[in-house]
Amino acid sequence: MTPRLITPSSPHRHGEASVRKVMLDVLYALVPGVAAYVWFFGWGVVVNIALASVVALASEWLMLVVRGRPVRQFLGDGSAVVTAALLAVALPAVAPWWVTAVGAAFAIVVAKHLYGGLGYNPFNPAMIGYVLLLVSFPKYMTVWPAAEVVSGHPVGFLDSVGMIFAGTPESVPFDALTGATPLDYLKVKLGAGVSVGDASASPVFGALAGRGWEWGSIGFLLGGLWLIYRRVITWHIPVTMMATLFAIALVFHLMDPARYASPLFHLFAGGAMLGAFFIATDPVTASTTPLGRIVYAAGIGVLEYVIRVWGGYPDALAFSVLLMNIVVPTIDHYTQPRVFGHGRA
Amino acid sequence: MSPKPFAIPGGIHPPGFKELSNGEPIAPAPLPELLVLPLQQHIGVPAEPVVRVGDRVLKGQVVAKPGGYVSVPVHASTSGRVVAIEERPVPHPSGLRAACVVVEPDGEDAWGERVPLPDWQSVEPSRLRSAVRDAGIVGLGGAGFPTFIKLSPGPGKVVDTVIVNGAECEPYITSDDRLMRERPEEVVAGARIVRHAVQARRCVIGVEDNKPEAYEALRRAAGEGVEVEVVPTLYPTGGEKQLVRILTGREVPSGKLPLDVGVVVQNVATVAAVYRALERGEPLVSRVVTVTGPGVGHPRNLEVAIGTPVAHLLSQCDPRPARARALVMGGPMMGFALHDDAAPVVKTSNCVLVDVPTVPAEPALPCIRCGSCSRACPMSLLPQQMYWYARAKDFDRAREYNLFDCIECGCCAYVCPSHIPLVQYFRFAKSEIVSLDRDRQRADLAKSRHARRVERLEAEKREREERLQQKKKAPAGAAPGAVSEDPKGAATQAAVERARAKQAAKAESDTEAGS
Repeated sequence: MTPRLITPSSPHRHGEASVRKVMLDVLYALVPGVAAYVWFFGWGVVVNIALASVVALASEWLMLVVRGRPVRQFLGDGSAVVTAALLAVALPAVAPWWVTAVGAAFAIVVAKHLYGGLGYNPFNPAMIGYVLLLVSFPKYMTVWPAAEVVSGHPVGFLDSVGMIFAGTPESVPFDALTGATPLDYLKVKLGAGVSVGDASASPVFGALAGRGWEWGSIGFLLGGLWLIYRRVITWHIPVTMMATLFAIALVFHLMDPARYASPLFHLFAGGAMLGAFFIATDPVTASTTPLGRIVYAAGIGVLEYVIRVWGGYPDALAFSVLLMNIVVPTIDHYTQPRVFGHGRA
Repeated sequence: MSPKPFAIPGGIHPPGFKELSNGEPIAPAPLPELLVLPLQQHIGVPAEPVVRVGDRVLKGQVVAKPGGYVSVPVHASTSGRVVAIEERPVPHPSGLRAACVVVEPDGEDAWGERVPLPDWQSVEPSRLRSAVRDAGIVGLGGAGFPTFIKLSPGPGKVVDTVIVNGAECEPYITSDDRLMRERPEEVVAGARIVRHAVQARRCVIGVEDNKPEAYEALRRAAGEGVEVEVVPTLYPTGGEKQLVRILTGREVPSGKLPLDVGVVVQNVATVAAVYRALERGEPLVSRVVTVTGPGVGHPRNLEVAIGTPVAHLLSQCDPRPARARALVMGGPMMGFALHDDAAPVVKTSNCVLVDVPTVPAEPALPCIRCGSCSRACPMSLLPQQMYWYARAKDFDRAREYNLFDCIECGCCAYVCPSHIPLVQYFRFAKSEIVSLDRDRQRADLAKSRHARRVERLEAEKREREERLQQKKKAPAGAAPGAVSEDPKGAATQAAVERARAKQAAKAESDTEAGS
């Protein structure tokens, strides 16, 4: 029997990479940071990730069906879970369940699918979801669980579940377990004329930044380095963003240490580290040329500092990323690399 | 064996699969029942047959002469009888048939007259070039450009370096590797001949560091005047522009040739063929072909008579039974699939890949803009942007993103996590642009033809009217003032003047445009 000849066109081989693997790597890389959060703030973050993932997958499924896209292929790509996880990590670990659900659904339905789905969304869906919640339900978005060492109460799994689904923890009063974030606390104190040094004496502060928070940041830093090692992301965005934030913070800190917190504080406080490695590096919404990524990340670093210090919000990751998302097409256009054989740059 | 410092952008490290066949010494493949010699096995004008059906031919005898300047002869690769000159399946991506001389071997494999040129060192480079042309030598690395043209730099072009390409960077292929290991002296001698032909100062053979045996063999054979350099194993190091950059640090400008930076690049098999042609007087009648891939039980490197059908080669390598088969000529990154296993091995066939897993495992997802493609691109292009515009059929923008610098190496598609067939999009856009350009040229030609026709018709009309007027004038001349009274005559006069004015205006604008 003569075999039938099939005639595909080159290249005939493909590497190992796939969107699904990229997304799984991002999820694995979140583990150290999430573990630190669990250690200090209880299981709320895990409950939130699970909740957000379920809502995100359901929203993804619904939108795929409505849009007539191949459901199995797109549900399996892992992108919805990554969006959900990033949103959940950014949310307070005691946010009521419906806050998380609304954020995840909005991120997938509006920020992702109404713009065309995977690969087409100009704005980071997780950050869109976050900002929606921040401006709509500020009351729930500013209250974080206090680190266990601060409150003196261990937060059990049931406490977390209770706070998220019923609004009340099992054993202790809600207020005892929660408080303002260190960035928020610092902002309020500075507004009241207290110096950075005096404010930092509060037990909410640790060695580098907020107690507990700094360990989360170290966890995200480790996970981020692993992503660079795995070549899921390049160094350009995280390094530039952190360097910019550090440099500006250093300048102002040196000018007036009483009014401006140290650069290390800024790096390890709030969402800076998570943003540098996990949010700003979202390929779909970031700049794509090497030089463009540097410009893009520097912009985020600047905005992050400006909004934190002089803006109306204690932290600024979501706004900085979204603002820079807007200019990505322009950055990409003006930062095209020199093509081989086209004259020296 | 320290790698050269000059780096190229991008590149990938696909699994090599060289071990399937790189331990197999070159073995002669038995002659098939029929040899099929396509008249076009090179870039340029097809050769023209000089034999007739029924003629007896000897091995090495010319069966077709060059059909133009960019053309080389085709030789009988064994002795026998011409049984047909007709269209047959040939190895070409289109799958179309093309004219071939079909020879039935007589089993004697008797050589015709062989005219070596052993004193090549003392003859004019131009004689070397014609000897290379007469031997039918073309680039054996895959492109198939007539070698003698590459050896003619032309006036004002100075070549100071000859690079012999022994990178063999595509996975699976081992024909050059075996050639370098087993016949290093042929490669080195051929390199010397090429260096003499272009009067170059330097001659470098570049070998990827995954072929240490080949490197050692060449180094032992090299002697004075021929350098052997190790280049890092990285696909597509064997690309012409890439290898020039790695070995000399020079960057071939966009749209130009290595010649423009003083370099001539030849494949190792090509220079070995040059050696055989000059030292032994043997034209190009055979070549080494790797037959490998999961579809054969016994991957081999075979010395194959040009014109041997692929099906015959396959039968030498213990093919595994399969219901559907993919035969790729060349490597898995840039090779093309055969439409018919009756297609013969030609001068450019370095490898036959049998059943390489070809279909992408997953359907394509949308681009997630990760930029892996631009990191992998050896030309520093932005494949993702080119894809975007090619897909949108915005060909002008695709061209602005330097689509035509794409060498179709496939690195971008290889690394794409969304499994987008990028190279196919680029090929599509390139061919669309070329055909649009051709259409535009045709339209311009038609337009200017039309303009000239209108002009000619007007001129004829004008002439007629003038003649008519003169006829009328002659009798009317007797009665002065009659012309002005004749309304028809006045109208004609006015029309003639209008036409003249138009003509003058046009002539003016034409000269302006022309200046």
